Amino acid sequence: MAKMPVTLTLNGMERAGFADPGQNLLEFLRRGLGDLSPKYGCGQGTCGACTVTIDGETQLACLVLAETTEGRTVGTAAGLANGAELDPLQTAFMDHFAAQCGYCTPGMLVSARALLDRNPKPTREDIIEAISGNLCRCTGYEPIIEAILAVSEGRTGP
Amino acid sequence: MNARTGGFEFRKELFADERDDDLNEIGKRIRRQDIEGHVTGRSPFYDDHLFDGLLHMRCVRSPHHHARIGRIDTAEAERMPGVVRILTGKDVPQNLNTLLSLLDFGLDDEPVLSVDKAAYKGEPVAAVIAQTEAQARAAVKAVRVDWQPLPHVLDPEEALKPGAPTVCETYPGNAFVYHGKYDHQKLRYGDVEAALRQADHIVEGRYQMSPIEQAPIETCGAISAPEQNGRWVCYTGTQALFFSLGTASKVLNLPSSRMHFIGGTVGGGFGGKVDSIHEPLSILGAMLTGRPCKSQWDREEEMQVGAPRGAERWYITDGVMNDGRIVARKFTGYFDGGAYTRLTSYAVIKGVGHLPGPYTIPNVYADAYCVYTNRTPATAMRGFGITGVDFAIEAHMDKVAETVGMNPIELRILNAYRDGDMKAHRREAKNCAFIECCQVVAEKAGVTISPEARAASSKTGGGGERARLPAFTATDEHGRVEGFESGSYARKGGAPAAPGIPAELTPDRPSPPTLPTARPVETPPTPAPAPTTPDQEKPAARTPQRRSGAVRFSSISGFRRR
Amino acid sequence: MTVVETYPTLAEAARAIGSDAAYMGGGTVMMREVNAGEAPARLVRTNDPALAQIRAAGDAISLGAGVTMSAILADSGLDFLHPVARQIGSPQVRNMGTVGGNIFSPHPYGDFAVALLALDARVTMAAGGARPIEELLRGRDHSPGLVASIDVPRPAPGAFGFKKVSRVKPKGVSVITIAALVNRTGGRVQNARIAWGGMGPGPVRGAAAERALQGQMIDDAMLDRLARTAAEGLDPPTDPLASSWYRREVAGVHLARLLRSMEGR
Repeated sequence: MAKMPVTLTLNGMERAGFADPGQNLLEFLRRGLGDLSPKYGCGQGTCGACTVTIDGETQLACLVLAETTEGRTVGTAAGLANGAELDPLQTAFMDHFAAQCGYCTPGMLVSARALLDRNPKPTREDIIEAISGNLCRCTGYEPIIEAILAVSEGRTGP
Repeated sequence: MNARTGGFEFRKELFADERDDDLNEIGKRIRRQDIEGHVTGRSPFYDDHLFDGLLHMRCVRSPHHHARIGRIDTAEAERMPGVVRILTGKDVPQNLNTLLSLLDFGLDDEPVLSVDKAAYKGEPVAAVIAQTEAQARAAVKAVRVDWQPLPHVLDPEEALKPGAPTVCETYPGNAFVYHGKYDHQKLRYGDVEAALRQADHIVEGRYQMSPIEQAPIETCGAISAPEQNGRWVCYTGTQALFFSLGTASKVLNLPSSRMHFIGGTVGGGFGGKVDSIHEPLSILGAMLTGRPCKSQWDREEEMQVGAPRGAERWYITDGVMNDGRIVARKFTGYFDGGAYTRLTSYAVIKGVGHLPGPYTIPNVYADAYCVYTNRTPATAMRGFGITGVDFAIEAHMDKVAETVGMNPIELRILNAYRDGDMKAHRREAKNCAFIECCQVVAEKAGVTISPEARAASSKTGGGGERARLPAFTATDEHGRVEGFESGSYARKGGAPAAPGIPAELTPDRPSPPTLPTARPVETPPTPAPAPTTPDQEKPAARTPQRRSGAVRFSSISGFRRR
Repeated sequence: MTVVETYPTLAEAARAIGSDAAYMGGGTVMMREVNAGEAPARLVRTNDPALAQIRAAGDAISLGAGVTMSAILADSGLDFLHPVARQIGSPQVRNMGTVGGNIFSPHPYGDFAVALLALDARVTMAAGGARPIEELLRGRDHSPGLVASIDVPRPAPGAFGFKKVSRVKPKGVSVITIAALVNRTGGRVQNARIAWGGMGPGPVRGAAAERALQGQMIDDAMLDRLARTAAEGLDPPTDPLASSWYRREVAGVHLARLLRSMEGR
């Protein structure tokens, strides 16, 4: 089976691997490049657990062909922290109990970060809209919304 | 031992020596201990363990609700690219399983990979192991199964009728057998029929629930690999690590000391990951290929074959007086267990233990059936066994209120348990707070209730007459079946016999010739026995049991031994 | 196994596609089939930058087939299409899903195509030639060729309305989708175009509703009549979201609500 070489920038680092024909970006990131932060939840673009950014836009890694990301810039939850320093959203999620099982959390954080990057002062409705593609089955939406609001309003701590 | 916290009194008769009274976290923000892993994406879910050469397992599933399995032809699939091995039932060392048989409750009734027939749509009959998931998918399509469709039954009441197709051969009558002798759970308290005759109103209702899928965002699965010293490591998303270890040990006929289970990080479970079968399947795959092997549902499988909360159907008949007092309540409940027992046998016990809801009703009668149909087997889900019948009870309370022309909140307060009342399962009501809840609801909802209802309290007005067991309880033997070995549930640790069935009634009855079909035989109601003596009626657990082998109730397993 | 062929231009992709391959646009529908192992053996796609272009073309707007929903939302000149694009999928899906792909998305998807049908858009094919979207939609399951662009006539102010009925908000799959283009002469409706999603195998015209509206003043009595008859002649599907019966029962009510909201009532 002919594999495709793929070189991309992942969380600021140049990475390369071989993708199977038809392999989606989620599998390529996880198995090929070892970034396990995006999660498989449905493989149908419905749950948002595999949300990543491609050239700055949130996309669903399970619906992207790995080979089409050649030369592009991909961001995942694993790249949110700056070294040991967590992104303020990560801290706020910790302080606001914005995760229960934690499975939706990486995708949720990627969507939240993308929102604040383009709209640093979102309304509550903007936040709901921005995370509407990320399902949380533990139904922790309220603390998640609270955490994102806290960051946008510059509040720190619980 | 008592503890007072925020105005609520907790009396700790159970587990008194196991819990400190230093819990004061409510109202404070705390960080979860595992949350840093969650926000950095580093929490190790089962699928986050990379193995070189990982193989992928996918099952061949029945497209029919009910079908006999003829030949399973794997020849073409075995020749497909990447296919390493294809498992069928003969590869499974102990190919019959049910979770609660680990607790000696119920019979093993479900194949891991079915051999003779499939009893629900999606039942697995073979497992393809291949180098990639895509290859496994492709090979699954190439497995040829000679299906011979059988008549199916999808409705629990239809399933109990004579002539209905037998869903699960272990229970030919399509009902789980309790204590080795009854095709349903009984609750008998007082004389419902007599009380119904004296009631001013009879209020009847039928309530139907649907199955509900847990739908965790992480689908169920496990990865297993050869470890050292003849051991197998298993990373799993199970909610019940030791259930899964026990199941794997039983199914694989392998001592648990040879399996190294790593779990604890679960991407949502809600009950759907309690009776997982991915662990033995993936370990079996690793054993037979010598390589790491993953068994994982995709989303469609999670929704279609993942066991949901079972559907319940309840019929309720109440005898009500003009002033709103409920004097009799009769239940008939059908739990749709799907094709195999899983946890429905236990859900029924929970449900019956919950009757008649938080109300003091002097005459209660219930028959609740764990029924097999050709639907996806049902299992645990968030309050299963309770939420369904609670929906029925509370919908029925509203119907009763309408019938007698009473405010539904006042009707509930009037009939609510109060401290000291005797409950239908023969335990004293303690720490009641339902009246207070109703009062808060009325206030929040802006519903005006009478001064008497506002003044009512759970702490007063209970006990006395209301603490007494009925002078006479009507019992019967209907639904008696023969030919089943009881699990030892009823005997363990001297736990009481089934409520309302005095022990001396059970022996020496003519055995209906029910085998080999073992279909339940209706026996005419037995003549009313002499009123049972207080000793027989006294709950065995009235005096807290001491440590030596005492069996205690647990919300997961039903009981546990200490 | 699925093999993907990527071509630099649409023309080359169109030549290569043949009968054994499927075209992949944004991937939001096709990749599900790839993941499930149910896609055709060959997938054809292109990086042609022309497909992402948005151009004014007289009274119409020309949308390249590869224009994403997000690109539409980012273009202030396309404000009449914003309420439509905003209701497609999730933010992530809007960053991926394209106008061209939406035309070929099976039920219950394809809400944008419903709007295009009401707006009487014209579709330019890769092989050349243009045709009304209604014609393309009728034959969309029979390899009609690749779409290059879609010309969307700009509606008169207030004449176009869109409503997506879903059970989950803000992101839910359509139970029924309605798009309405209601032009008037002297207060009376002339040649209204009503398009339905979820009321047939794909986006369909609402002939009964259009007939009922023709020549009418829109008032409460008229809308009540319309609500009762709008679903006549339609054969909506039964799916996990809703039964055919339910869709037929509520379709007219939702149409009347949409028209009422367009009237500012």
